[in-house]
Amino acid sequence: MKQKTKWLGYLLFGVTGLCTLLIVAALIYMLAEITVRGGHFFTWEFLTANPEQGMTAGGIFPAIVGTVLLVLLMSIVGVPIGTITAIYMVEYAKNDFIFMKLVRFAVNTLAGVPSIVFGLFGLGFFIQFIGSGIDKVVSTDGHLVWGQPNILWASLTMALLTVPVVIVTVEETLRAIPNEYRAASLALGATKWQTIRKIILPNAVPGILTGTILAIGRGAGEVAPILFTGVAYFLPHLPSKLSDQFMNLGYHVYILSTQSTDVEATKGLQYATVLVLLMVTFSLNFIAVIVRYFMRKKAIQ
Amino acid sequence: MSEYLASIIIKSVAFVSFAVILLIFVFVFKEAIPQSTGDGTKVAQEELQSESYGDDISGAVDNTVTEVKTKHESEEGVQSIANLTGTEWQPVSLKPKFGLLPLFWGSFKVTLLGILMAFPLAVGAALYSITFAGRGFREILKPVIELLSGFPSVVIGFFALTTVASAVSSFFGVTYRLNAVVGGIALAITIVPIIFTVAEDALQSIPKHISEASLALGATKWQTAVFVILPAATPGIFAAFLLGFGRAFGETMIVLMATGNAATMSLNIFEPVRTLSATIGAEMAEVVFGDTHYSVLFLIGALLFVFTFSLNAIAEFWVRKRLLKKFQGSA
Repeated sequence: MKQKTKWLGYLLFGVTGLCTLLIVAALIYMLAEITVRGGHFFTWEFLTANPEQGMTAGGIFPAIVGTVLLVLLMSIVGVPIGTITAIYMVEYAKNDFIFMKLVRFAVNTLAGVPSIVFGLFGLGFFIQFIGSGIDKVVSTDGHLVWGQPNILWASLTMALLTVPVVIVTVEETLRAIPNEYRAASLALGATKWQTIRKIILPNAVPGILTGTILAIGRGAGEVAPILFTGVAYFLPHLPSKLSDQFMNLGYHVYILSTQSTDVEATKGLQYATVLVLLMVTFSLNFIAVIVRYFMRKKAIQ
Repeated sequence: MSEYLASIIIKSVAFVSFAVILLIFVFVFKEAIPQSTGDGTKVAQEELQSESYGDDISGAVDNTVTEVKTKHESEEGVQSIANLTGTEWQPVSLKPKFGLLPLFWGSFKVTLLGILMAFPLAVGAALYSITFAGRGFREILKPVIELLSGFPSVVIGFFALTTVASAVSSFFGVTYRLNAVVGGIALAITIVPIIFTVAEDALQSIPKHISEASLALGATKWQTAVFVILPAATPGIFAAFLLGFGRAFGETMIVLMATGNAATMSLNIFEPVRTLSATIGAEMAEVVFGDTHYSVLFLIGALLFVFTFSLNAIAEFWVRKRLLKKFQGSA
């Protein structure tokens, strides 16, 4: 009996250990293959040159610029909304319980909505409803300006997708701020809003930063929401105004590997683009982890 | 004064996320209702709308019989709406067919394959982490597995398209290089970190006194893990399953790149499939605004939204309540 228990224990150890090993091995294999095969083509020129010869040669500069612009615009809109929502949930919501539950449910739901549905929403709401509405007022000659895909609508769509990330991160930081801070500030005669502005917000800066970085890491890699809200296959010029379309790293990977005229010839370019995309998202996630680590350390002290 | 203003502003911004959920409901469903762009067809369609575009689809079927001879344009629209439950998806042809069944089948097939691979692996790894891994090793293991969730889905799709597809076709010698199994493996890679994290948290959150009681009665560490902790964490692990399922079901780029995108109803797992999400991703850019095809794609989006919404709601409310009850009952 004792022997059987022992062997079953070993068996369980073996099986679960194998599961763990398989997952970690898959991760390492993916990283290694992309790094090795993309590394050959990863040059300074690749990062700074335009695509050439029907995108079978050259670099990915416009895709990098497009991605950076997208995540910047996205953060400008999404981070304030996320931060304020988190402030509401931690600092204000104690008074109205039901509203807070609604907001919490909405945030959780929003985090689970498939990204392609966000894309549809962007098309239906931003482009067809708001954009076409603006065009009806602004452009008299019937020429479409806002009622078509562009970088503004893509960024707004992406902002909605990444708002839950910001909310969750900032909320965690706000909850970590000791209640004594609030009590001390209020006892000195500061109002609630003054307390938030002078005490809570400065202490929440690392959290807001982490949330922003995580949101950017997410937004830089998502393709489905921008498929029909603003991304372009190829553009000869960089986007210069909000109503322009843009190129994007993730979308570039998608079209090179599935729609390209010569998929085999661009293999190297594909791997190198994937490598750039991975480097961007991983370094952002890594920075977030570091910031969070120091934040926790400081909180413990 | 500024005090009052601040609280009003903060509260209304907090309402945005809730409003967005409502707006998604309204606008995705709104676009799913058939409409038309051209002025010529508008009249015909509007006329028809009052008669047959109502709530019940069965009414639309009856009306087609009478309408067919007079208006060819509208006939197409009504037929395609009535045929949503058909088994053929041919949106671009002389007589477009919008049967959603093969797409549903494709989504379920590839999602099931993905979860069948990911769920045992992730739960196994979670069990390993709480039973056998030392504290230091666990601190490393968790972020390493969670690193997988940092891979953009287009990167995993690319990896599946190049490496996994080649491996599968040389190993199984399949006819179609891109098929449901390749898509399933790729989906498994994306949902493993989700299932692992939620399951590991669920296993960790079982109160210490429960496992200590088991150990005190002479059970070994692994017996405690399998017969005491695992059953107690069932609701949490079920939530992990639901979240993984929802994520895989709505995933777009991976299936778009790795599954071959042929709308078939075949049982063979080595044949290509076309999922609901991939259909939207592949076809939305090419449809005419206001077209029947356009509306059907939005309808698919609405269905996806409702499906994942319900899965999340179940995971959120039902499971959490069960978990609470269980511990309050046993504490």
